[in-house]
Formats: sequence, C-alpha cells, structure tokens
Amino acid sequence: MNKPIRTMAIFCMLLFIALLANSTYLQYVDADHLNSRSDNKRVRDAEFSRERGAIVVGGTSVAKSRKTKDQYTYQRVYTQPYEYAPLTGYFSYIYGRSGIEASQNDILSGSDPRLFVNRVVDMLGDSQPKGGSVTLTIDPKAQKAAFDGLAALGPNVQGAVVALQPSTGKVLAMVSSPTYDPNRLASHDFGAVQKAWKKLNANPDRPLLNRAIQEVYPPGSTFKLVTAAAALSSGQYTPTTKVKGGTSLDLPLTTTNLVNENGSNCGGDPITLTQALEVSCNVSFGSIGLKLGDDALRAQARKFGWGQTYLAGLNGQAASQFPAHPDAPQTALSAIGQFDVAATPLQMAVVAAGIADGGTVMRPYLVDEIRAPDFSVLDKTRPEVYRSNAVSASVARDLTQMMVEVVDRGTGTTAQIPGIKVAGKTGTAQSSPSRPPYAWFVSFAPADNPKVAVAVLVEDAGVARDAISGSGLAAPIAKKVMEAVIGK
Amino acid sequence: MSATYASGPAPERSFVHRRRRGAELFLLLLALVVGIGAYAAVGLGVQGRVPADIVEYGGWLAGLCLACHVVVRLTAPYADPVLLPIVSALNGLGLAVIHRIDLGYAKSHVNIGPFAQNQLIWMTLGVLIFIGVLVGLRDHRRLQAFTYTSGLAGIVLLLLPLLPVVGTDINGARIWIHVGSLSFQPGEVAKVMLVLFFAGYLVLHRDALALAGRRFAGVDLPRGRDLGPILLMWLVSLAILVFQGDLGSSLLFFGLFLVMLYVATERPGWLVVGAAMFLAGAYCAYLFVGHVQVRVDAWLHPFAASSNAYQLVQGLYGMAWGGLVGRGLGQGDPTITPLGFSDFIMASVGEELGLTGVMAVLLLYGMITERALRTALVCRDAFGKLVAVGLGVVFALQVFVVVGGVTRLIPLTGLTTPFLSYGGSSLVANWAIIALLLRISDQARRPLPELAAPEDDATTVVQLR
Repeated sequence: MNKPIRTMAIFCMLLFIALLANSTYLQYVDADHLNSRSDNKRVRDAEFSRERGAIVVGGTSVAKSRKTKDQYTYQRVYTQPYEYAPLTGYFSYIYGRSGIEASQNDILSGSDPRLFVNRVVDMLGDSQPKGGSVTLTIDPKAQKAAFDGLAALGPNVQGAVVALQPSTGKVLAMVSSPTYDPNRLASHDFGAVQKAWKKLNANPDRPLLNRAIQEVYPPGSTFKLVTAAAALSSGQYTPTTKVKGGTSLDLPLTTTNLVNENGSNCGGDPITLTQALEVSCNVSFGSIGLKLGDDALRAQARKFGWGQTYLAGLNGQAASQFPAHPDAPQTALSAIGQFDVAATPLQMAVVAAGIADGGTVMRPYLVDEIRAPDFSVLDKTRPEVYRSNAVSASVARDLTQMMVEVVDRGTGTTAQIPGIKVAGKTGTAQSSPSRPPYAWFVSFAPADNPKVAVAVLVEDAGVARDAISGSGLAAPIAKKVMEAVIGK
Repeated sequence: MSATYASGPAPERSFVHRRRRGAELFLLLLALVVGIGAYAAVGLGVQGRVPADIVEYGGWLAGLCLACHVVVRLTAPYADPVLLPIVSALNGLGLAVIHRIDLGYAKSHVNIGPFAQNQLIWMTLGVLIFIGVLVGLRDHRRLQAFTYTSGLAGIVLLLLPLLPVVGTDINGARIWIHVGSLSFQPGEVAKVMLVLFFAGYLVLHRDALALAGRRFAGVDLPRGRDLGPILLMWLVSLAILVFQGDLGSSLLFFGLFLVMLYVATERPGWLVVGAAMFLAGAYCAYLFVGHVQVRVDAWLHPFAASSNAYQLVQGLYGMAWGGLVGRGLGQGDPTITPLGFSDFIMASVGEELGLTGVMAVLLLYGMITERALRTALVCRDAFGKLVAVGLGVVFALQVFVVVGGVTRLIPLTGLTTPFLSYGGSSLVANWAIIALLLRISDQARRPLPELAAPEDDATTVVQLR
C-alpha cells in the first residue's frame, strides 16, 4: 500500500502548491489591479482617511487636509474654492476625484513609488502614511486677474482664460466660468454631497466643465494667426504682400459671398497682409485660404497642436479640430476660423506662446514641483519642447510685428499697456444664429521679450449681441492678466 | 502489506523511533507564542492596548495545550511530535482572528457575535474529546469492529439536515441541523465516521476489488460488479450535491472514497473511473442545479454586474489589500467581507497578515497532511494505514476546496477552514481527527514488544521473569 500513499503525497503536494501559487498571484501579481478597482471600498476608505498632500500655488495651499473628529480623520479643504476649482478638481467619497486631485492622486495620497521610502518609515513608526504635496505653475496674481476679469462680466458669464509662459510652457493662469465649490463635494455629509452633485449636474451652464481645456469652440478670427503663419511659411507671402481686400469674396461652387464684419471694406483692395490682419479682413484671409488649400492650413494647425492632446498634469484635454475634407468654400470659411474649425482656449494660448517663443511650442504643464511630506523636493518638471519648428524664427518675427500692429492701431487697441509692446489678435466667432457669438482675444507681451501669452474666451456674458466683440469683452481681461504677470 | 505484517517483526526491530516529547513541548511553547501573541496584537491593533484578559485567556489556552501534551506523554509517548503544536498554533491564530472580527463588528455596531468566547468553549470541548480519544482508545484497531456502525452513523449524520424539523437552509446549502438553540454541521463528524467505515470495509474487500478486472488501454479497469460500492458512493455524493446544494462536501466525500479505494487496491484504474464519474456528475449538477450554477458563474465572472459574488469579491479585495505583509492585525477592514470569521477567515488572514500569513497557514496545513501520510507509511496494519491516509487526504482536500474557493482557484463552496474558522462541530471533529492520527502514529512508531519464539514455551518464559 505504500506506493499509492507516496502517490497521494505527491497529489496533496500539488494541491498545496496550487493554493500557494494562486494566493501569490492574488496578493502580489494581481493586487494592484484589484486595489485600483473603483468599487473597492477598502482602498477608497483608506485614501479618504489619509492625510492627503496639499496643492500649493505661490507658497499657499489651495487644497489641504484638515484633521476632523469623524471616522475619516481628515477633511479636504479648498481655501479659494471657486477660483481654483477647475484646477484642483474635487475629492469626493461618492463621486471620486477630478482635476489635479485625480491626475496627481498617487502623490497626494502617498502611494507614488517616489514616496516609497517615506511609506516604509511611516510603517516602521506605526504612523499612517502621508501624502506628498504638489506645487502648481500657476501665478496667483495672474490667476486672480483672470478670475476677477471674467467675474466682472456678470455672475453667470461663461468663459475661460489660459495664460502660458512662452519660454517654458508653464501654465500661469487657468480659469473657467461658471465654477463651483469643491468643498461641497468633499464634505463628509454624504447626503449634502449628493444634493450638491445633482444640482451641479442639472445646471445648464455646466459648472463642472473646465472650459479652458475640455471643450472646443470656433476660434473665429484668432485662427487667422494660423492662416497667416501658413501663408508666410509657404514663401509666397511677406507682411507687405498685397492681398485681396474689399467688401466681399465670391465663394466658388456657391452663390453666396464671404463678407466682412459690419460690412467694412478692409480699407481698400488690394491691401497688405499686415493691414488684413490689423483689421481682421475676412475677404483677405478667405482668399489666402483658397490659394493655400486646406492641406496647408491643416498642416500648419497640426504644427501648433491641433488634433493632439499635450497638456501635462491635468487629464481630460479635448483635441482641437480642423475639418478633414472641406470643399473650396468650406476651406475659405475654415481659413477665418469658422465652419468646423474648433479649438480649446488652451490651444489658442499655445498658438500665441509658439509665436512669442520664436516658433518653438513648449509643452504646457501645470505641475511645477512634487514634494515629500517633509517638504523635500522629489521631482521638478523640466520644460519640454513639444514642437521645435511650428513656424520658422523669421515667420514668428513677422507675425509678432503684425500682431503688434493689431494692438497698436487695429482691432485690439483695448489691450494696450502703456510702455509695453503688446502683440494680439481679436476674434468674434459665429456658431449659430440662435446663440451669441464667441468673443476671443489672444495675445502676448512684451512683444520684444515675451513673458506671458494669454487666450481669453467669453462664450456668453449675457450682454446685447452688438456689444459682443473680442476687443470689447475679451481684450481687457487679457490685458489685466498680462499686467499681472509683467508686474505693471 | 498484510503479508509483511504476518512475516514477523525481525527487520523492523533494529530501528526504534525516538519519542521526541521534549521537542513537542518546545514546539508547543512556540505555538502558544503565536496564539497568545496574535491575541495581544489584535488588542493593540484595534484598541491600542493589550487586552485586559490576556492573562486569563493566555492561561486558559496554555492550560489546554499543556493538558494535551501531558495526555500525549502518558498515553501515546511515541506519537508524532509535530501535529499537536501545529494544530495548537492554528487554533490559537483562529481564535485571535475571530476575536479581531468580533471587535470590528462591535466597533461598527454590527449586531453579530461575539464569537471568540464560544469558539474557546468549543476548543475546550475539542480538547476534551482529544483527551477522551487518546485515553479511551489505546489501540486504533479496535475501531475496525465498528466498521458498519460508523458507516451507518456517517450516512445518518449526512442525511440529518434533510429532515424537516431539525434541518436548516443557510446560504443555499442545507448542511445544518438545529436542536433548540444549538446549531451543528453534522458533515464534519460524518467525515471521520466515513473514513473509519471506508477503511474497515476496504481492508475486508480490497483483494476482490484489487485482483479481478481486465486491462484496457494500459489501465487495469475494475470488474463491473465490483463497481457497486463506488456507484453507491457516487449516488450519495450526488444526493448531497442535489438535495443539500453542497458542492464542497460532495467533492470531499467522493474524493475521499476514491483515494482510499486506490490506496487499498493499488489500482489507478479506480481513480480514472471515479474522476470521470465525478466530472460527469458535477457537469450535470451545473446544468440542472441552480445553486451550483450561481456559484460557478460567480467564480468565472466575479466582477460582472449580474453575478452574485459580493462576498467573493470583497474577500479578494481584502487579500489584495493585505498584499505581501498584510495591514497588521486590527489595521485592515476584514469585517467588510461577509462571514470573515468563518468561511472567509482565510481572506481575513490574508488581509491582516498578508501573503506571508497565508503561506504560513497553508504550510502548516501541508505539514499536517504530510505527517498523516508519513504515519500511514510507517503504520504496520492495513486498517491504520487506510485511516491515516483517509484523514490526511480529507484534510488536504478540505483545505484545498475552501481556500481554493476563497481565493477563486475553484468555485466557492461552504466548507469550514479546519481549526481556524468559527464553528463547533468542525473544531471538535478536527481535534478528534488529530487524536486518531496521534494514536495511529504512536502505534506505528512504538517499538514492538519482545515476542518469544515458540508459542508453547511462552507461558513458562513469562512466569520465570
């Protein structure tokens, strides 16, 4: 009987080996996957009751954890909730995370590999692991200027502002309106959180949406910067090249004509390319678009970032769009930023920053530094070139000069800053007759040594239709933001 | 085997097993450190202080273990020295984890338990049975006389839960009986009874089962009429499966019977036939028994919204949350998993003691099996061999079925985790199993008495001394 007993011993050994291997798989190999599942209450509870790291802007915390007496031990607090909500996002037990709270969760919650040593020390000292802090690239003065500028237009204004540092890609300001109070979603009173969540989602103005990066809008005349860049880069145009002006452009294949805003004649026919940009002449840019063709326009747009998502540090960026197969009249409309051309406010700021930086597009980023709980710097983001030659240096110089003309004596005079050369471009984009046009302004300053590039979009300020224009609504906000950065 | 036994003890006399009772005592003290230390760690982890009753509790636990040791020393001095320490460590660890779950429920005001107190009482009862078996049963071969009695008792115990008044349906499985306020899982005791029955039956009939048959495709297949007992057993396990909805017990009993049949007859053909029959039966059960279907679906797709796998998934999350070294006793959330103190106690161990703890527990179980099989190898009589093999294999199968179910290796079934999970019947039955193993092991390792050579001179020789 001993032979079968030995066989059974091997059989039992196989059973135990199977159990050991399976538990190893479960608790070691597959553990991360199981821990990251959204319905895993243990992980959620643990993260929720941990001392989460702060989100820091300009030396002060805009989001931090405060000790409480309830079962979760810590309460997330947002000190400037409305101004920073599109950046910080919320940290909710029921609804999860958004914004920086989501994208930097590993650091803030303390589970990032870079915090491994801290975790081991915490474990040996029998204290709960703490999260690291995240310092944003935001300039608090620029952020405040942008926020106040939009808020001054009215309580329900819909719009967004993005400011970038052209030489690095640092995001200096990012504001979206209307906004919300993330404290109400982070509350430990889950009934109230549910109520607040329902209310926010029922709001037709969509306050949870970060308009600066998550939504695309017709860029209107600000897109003429891209068309002008394509024209100058083609070698067929210089700033002084004569282009078609006048009151209307006959669109091929159709019976309709392309006309100018307010029926103007752009100051003559023909006019120089510089003058066409200065007065934002639809006829000129429509005809340039027809001559260049949609492929050249699309290629130039791609070089600035259309069709791509590149923002580092925040999730959910929407890709800007350029139509795939426009016919001739659609190409003419696309050249002036209408038809199916659409861009995020961030994208328009990137165009301005690319021109300001001599044609080099830096990858925009939001997280400057990551610090351990003891405030030692774990990581600092290094600026990264996203596109080294969106336009050549000489084209960038020409475009800058043309944009300075726009602000000095064209449509953008409302953005002038005394003693500083400002380069800018207005835009007023129609989407449908049933809704008010979008007011845009993109700019950078100082033009000879750019420190800040801004894009402002006012989607709906609730003002009369004829009062809506890039120069009237958007340019003054851009001016305030530029002043805040330059320190005037 | 029986031939060797009859030929006389001459070749075995040269080697005498050492008693090793000192080693047992030393290991037992280590086991007590595990049990009492875990209890203290639970207090520290949950309440931040060593439990106030640590002296009484530790004293009681130590008293039970030492009592076992003394009884083993007196009544089974040659018994295997490792078994008692292992089960003491497992039982102590189980008590600590159950106590931890009690505290967790109390903290979140869940009105379940406390269980640890009861478990300690059950353990005391188990130890009393253990002592009773060792003291009352000086030679395991006497059990052979009760072959059919234990067979009948085993079947009756298995069928009891199906009776209308005493049987109760819990979580879809009808494996409990209730008398007054006492609940009892008779399958656990039936397990021991059936091992005794199979062993006694096979010792008598194994020659017929082993020798007759024909060879087919390189495998010796049994004769048609010898298939009678295996068919009967197959029907009994199917009945358990269908009427009690208990996949685990059914697998356990049928597997046990097959293994003992194979060991007794040395014919792998039985395994082939039996495994095929089990697979066929299990597949039919999957097709026609709703309860089995639910379990299999939960096993295949635990995260699907439709599957009824909350408990399994929470157990998996708990083990993953524990990771390599665990959250530490009292620092996890094992109360989230339903039945984290009984069927899912391995998930609780995995969460708070990590993969390290799970592996330690599994290795302890593996060692129990190994010790049982080693006992079977050295045992001199066929009945003892079969009983030891049966107990060892049933133990391994049970651990495999329940731990494999909790860790999603196989579909989940409702078996208890030996010595760890809360449950009186299981604990008492398992202590009895260990007592039986120690008794067989003592018999096997004990040096043979001096036999006087010629039968007729024996009386005079003895009298002279």
